[in-house]
This record gives sequence, C-alpha cells and structure tokens, in this order.
Amino acid sequence: MKSLRGKGKLSEANMRDGLKMVEEALLEADVAYPVVQDFMARVSEEALGQQVLKSLNPDQQLVGVVHEQLIELLGPVDPSLRLDKDVTVLMMCGLQGAGKTTTCGKLARLIGTEGKKALLVAADLQRPAAVQQLHVVGESVGAKVYSEEGASDPIAVCQNAVKYARENGISVVILDTAGRLAIDEELMEQLKTIDRKIVPDQCFLVVDGMTGQDAVNSAKAFNDALELDGVIMTKLDGDARGGALLSVKHVTGVPIKFIGVSEHMDGLEPFYADRMAGRILGMGDVLSMVDLA
Amino acid sequence: VKTSRVLNTDIRDLFKQEGRLVDDEFLTELYAILVRTDMGAGPAGKIRDQIKSEYRGRVVHLGEVLQTVKDELVALMQQPETPIVFAESGPTVVMVVGVNGSGKTTSIAKLAGHLKAEGKSVVLGAGDTFRAAAVEQLSIWADRLGVDIVKAEQGTDPASVAFKAVDFAVQNNKDIVILDTAGRLQTQKNLMNELDKIRRVAGKKVPEAPHEVLLVLDATAGQNGISQAQGFSEAAQCTGIILTKLDGSAKGGVVVPIRQTFNLPVKYIGVGETPADFALFNAEQFGDALFEDALGGR
Ligand SMILES: Nc1nc2c(ncn2[C@@H]2O[C@H](COP(=O)(O)OP(=O)(O)OP(=O)(O)O)[C@@H](O)[C@H]2O)c(=O)[nH]1
Ligand SMILES: Nc1nc2c(ncn2[C@@H]2O[C@H](COP(=O)(O)OP(=O)(O)OP(=O)(O)O)[C@@H](O)[C@H]2O)c(=O)[nH]1
Ligand SMILES: [Mg+2]
Ligand SMILES: [Mg+2]
Repeated sequence: MKSLRGKGKLSEANMRDGLKMVEEALLEADVAYPVVQDFMARVSEEALGQQVLKSLNPDQQLVGVVHEQLIELLGPVDPSLRLDKDVTVLMMCGLQGAGKTTTCGKLARLIGTEGKKALLVAADLQRPAAVQQLHVVGESVGAKVYSEEGASDPIAVCQNAVKYARENGISVVILDTAGRLAIDEELMEQLKTIDRKIVPDQCFLVVDGMTGQDAVNSAKAFNDALELDGVIMTKLDGDARGGALLSVKHVTGVPIKFIGVSEHMDGLEPFYADRMAGRILGMGDVLSMVDLA
Repeated sequence: VKTSRVLNTDIRDLFKQEGRLVDDEFLTELYAILVRTDMGAGPAGKIRDQIKSEYRGRVVHLGEVLQTVKDELVALMQQPETPIVFAESGPTVVMVVGVNGSGKTTSIAKLAGHLKAEGKSVVLGAGDTFRAAAVEQLSIWADRLGVDIVKAEQGTDPASVAFKAVDFAVQNNKDIVILDTAGRLQTQKNLMNELDKIRRVAGKKVPEAPHEVLLVLDATAGQNGISQAQGFSEAAQCTGIILTKLDGSAKGGVVVPIRQTFNLPVKYIGVGETPADFALFNAEQFGDALFEDALGGR
C-alpha cells in the first residue's frame, strides 16, 4: 500500500483512498453492498480524528480501525450449544446444498465427545437419498438416526422423533431439514410450521462460505421466518473469503457458532472473530504491521 | 413467486421523475445495482466509469442506461445454441465437475432427461464414490428417468467407475455417457488431480473423450466463482458452465467476469430441483434477470 503524506490525525482527506480500497476489498470478499455501506460509514466515524501511530501511515492506521470494527461486528462470540434440557432440540435450515446434513453429523460427533447422545432426524423428504445420506453420516459418527420409511410429512417425523428421544433417554435431537430457497413461500411456510409445532430450542442457519451478494436476502428471510439462534458457515477450507458471513451477521444479529472446514465429520471448528475478520479483509501484511505498532 | 426484495433501494421511484442528472449519486446507485448481481466490484467499477465518461452532466433515465449496459453484457455472453458437440462416432462423454453442493448430481439428472427427450440413449456413471449416499442419489434419478447407470461401491476409485461407464456405453451402443464426480474445492490439489485421471481414463476407451467437461456453478456463489472457474478449467479443461439455482433471488453475475477472463460459456441453467427445471442458457433472458429488480420488472 502506498504511504500517504501527512501523518498526524486521520482526516477525510487522508482516509479517502484508504476507504475506497477497503470498500473494494470487502466487496471482493462478497460482503453485500448495503452492508458495506453501513460498515464504511461506521468506520469513517470511528476513525475520523484518530491519532496516527508513529510507526504507521494513515492507510495502515485506517486498516487497523477497520479490522477492529469487523471483529466487533462479527462478535460477540458464543460457541455454547446450551444443551441443558432433558431433550434439547436443534434445527438446521438453509439453502440447497449449503451443508446442513453434513453439519448435522459434525454436531452429533461434537456432542458425542461431550458425553451426550444425539439423535439425527431425517426431516428432508425431498432430496433424493437424503435419508440414506443422513444414515451414512449418523453411522460414521455413532449417532442414532430417526427416519420413517415412506413418510411424506416432515412435521410428523420431527414430532415423532422428539417423542422417541424422550422415551429413549436421548438428550439432544438434531433436525435435518430440506434445503429451500428463501423465496419459496410454500417451503418457508413448512419450515415455520415445524418451528411452531416442535418449538426447537435453537435454530441454526447453515450458510455456504462461497455465497455472494444474495446472502442478505436469504438470511433475512430465514431469520424473519424462524428467529434464528445461530449461524454456521461451511466450506471455509477453500479460498473463499467468506464475506457473506458479515452480511448474515448484519441482518440477523445472531451469534456465529461454528465454521465448517472439511467434508469430514471432524471438520467443524469454533468461530474466531479475529481470524474471520482478517480473512474477509485480506490485507494480511498490513494487519501484521498494525499488530506490531 | 418472488416476494419483494429486502434492502433494495427503491429505484422504481426514480422512474416517476423526468430523467436524472448523471452525478455522483446516480453513479453510485448504478454501481450498487451492478455489484448486487455478483459481477464483482472490478467489472462494476469499470462499467460505472464508462457511463461516467459518456454521460456525466447529462440528464438520462436510469432505465435507459441499464438497457445500454445490459445490451453490452448480453453481447458478451452470447453463444451459439449448440451446447453439446456430439462425437462423430461412438458415445459422447460428458464429465461434470464442481465444488461441493453446487448441483452436479441434480444437473446430471436434468441433462440426462433433456437428452433422452431428444431421443438419445444415456448412461450415467456414478463417479462420486466419496460422499454419503451420492451413488444412491444418482441411482434414484436414473430410475426415475429410465436411463442406465454404472456404479460401484462407496470408496471405489472414481476413475475406474468412469472407465466402466464409458466401456458400457461402447459395448451397448449408447449415445451419451454423463460422469458424475464428487464435489471438491479447487484448492484441493490431490482431488483436482483426480479429475485429470478421470479424463485420461475416459480417453483411453474413447480417444476424444471427454468431449465436454461442464463446470456446475451455483448462482448464489459470489466472487469465489472466478477461482472455481480457474481451478477447474486448469485441472479438467472445462468446456462450459451449468449455472444452477437461478430460481432463487441470486443473479449469478459472476459468470460475466468468468466469460471475460476464461472465455468459458454458460451452456445450461438450472431453475429448480426437478429434471424439468433446466434450460439452455439464453443471454437475453440472463441480461433481463440481472436488472429486473432495478427496472421494476416485478
Ligand atoms: N469442503 C467442504 N465441504 C463441505 C463442508 N460442509 C459440507 N460440505 C459438502 O457440501 C456438499 C453438500 O453438503 P450437504 O450436507 O449435503 O448439504 P445440505 O445443505 O444438506 O444439502 P441439501 O440437503 O441438498 O439442501 C457435500 O458434498 C458435503 O460433503 C465443509 O465444511 N467443507
Ligand atoms: N433451487 C434449486 N436447487 C437446486 C438446483 N440444482 C440443484 N439443486 C439442489 O441443490 C442441492 C445440491 O444438489 P446436488 O445435485 O446434490 O449437488 P452436488 O453438486 O452433486 O453436491 P455434492 O455431490 O455433494 O458436491 C440439492 O438439494 C438439489 O436439489 C437448482 O437449479 N435450483
Ligand atoms: Mg441435506
Ligand atoms: Mg453430487
């Protein structure tokens, strides 16, 4: 990054280029446009008038502020699953192919390592072989899978599964729902009905880490329909910057719980806001200078 | 049915006015509309600057400006309506690749249905031997469509499944073989090399094979689509794209820079979860959809 003249304080003039550069970086990372706008306003306000540290130039100082603000927006971090009831019900939802079924398995495995048993519920009666997929996943993590042969009503399956868990002393139930588009009114209505009848303790939105600008729309629709409790972003083992996470956080406000970093069942990591902020922003070299300052 | 979009600036209101001065505010609004299609900040900025140099200070209708932009994009995205070039003799081999969950298996079902309806005989090769129940998923589609499928146990070398599928097609005089592959991220070197191996094995049986390598790209994807196009093209020499999930509110605009940079055309689109939800890519319709919100299309 080119070093700017005039140290001293951050001003509108010496921040202009830096702000533009940050805006572009965020858009390239797939943060949604309106979210970037809000964020840039917030950053300018926060940065304006700040004393530039001796070892830094104004651009670097600004990037430091951006990083801090990103961390703040991505937080607060709360990885707890709060499995404190006799039967705690977790529900997964999200777009087609986001990684719901795989994440169900990963969560069951995690819960297993904490000494609890999870029941995976095959409530996706739509995608071909979704039920078999969940069975394979469940088997690989040693979790029981509840499914009903020939079932056509996912709501009934969920209700029966919760009953089954109660009767069999299984303390966590994870509902694997079918993927759906946020604009698919019929399927969103079905999801709301499951929510109303089962009253899951927590509802997680599973978001593909490669998602683009549309993340604001889909996350808002799922949140409006269900009142989400957490977000899990998948497929972050690749080179996607994952800026959609900021969009999702911005419109839902709910904590980001985990990130998916592999297709394997152990590929679920707790969420760290500072790492994610660095990933979304890029500019690793500048950030390390800021850290040193 | 699409419901009204959230977070859209109310651009329709602008139409009540007689025209607008092309100033910073106008250009920013245009930029926002472009960025929202997922074409990327770079391409969007270029278009904005071009409009700025042509129209700055003049009074225009935003709709007319967008129409101009659209026409250019449509011209860029044009391609002949012969998506698959069939082998002159023997089976045509189509390999389908892409990142996890983009819609490969479903698109194969759609393509198979489409080709079958044209009177071709189709064989599916269940080359995703990794993901849980991937073979079962493709088998269900093969059953429903009434096409042949060649498969093996989970964990089998995908290249050997590909070989068997192509062999089956040769032995049985089938017209088309479509090979499913496991989802993989373009950063996974070993898995990407596996695609090359599948290619080579198919080529051993039918010298020109694979005749087509289709990259399945999720329209909800953002800028990572560019990296996908690059990575999969390098590893598997893609010949075209199937752009899926265009039935949602995402526009799939990342195919614009992909076309510009890698000259990779979009051949088909997916607009739902059933075999019928499939169509040839049409640049004009794609262009219309890019700006339909901004133009108050619905
Ligand atoms: N690389 C990688 N792949 C993942 C991750 N999570 C899921 N996947 C893969 O993404 C694909 C889709 O995952 P699923 O779990 O089937 O997604 P889903 O949301 O249940 O899909 P539908 O039920 O069809 O809506 C599969 O190939 C998974 O193996 C992840 O964190 N990293
Ligand atoms: N709405 C919509 N959903 C689609 C479309 N194409 C595929 N899907 C859905 O997306 C999900 C993933 O599709 P798959 O065909 O399993 O994707 P894949 O690329 O084979 O996934 P992996 O093999 O796990 O990498 C499924 O739920 C499909 O029904 C489409 O055009 N529109
Ligand atoms: Mg699933
Ligand atoms: Mg597949």
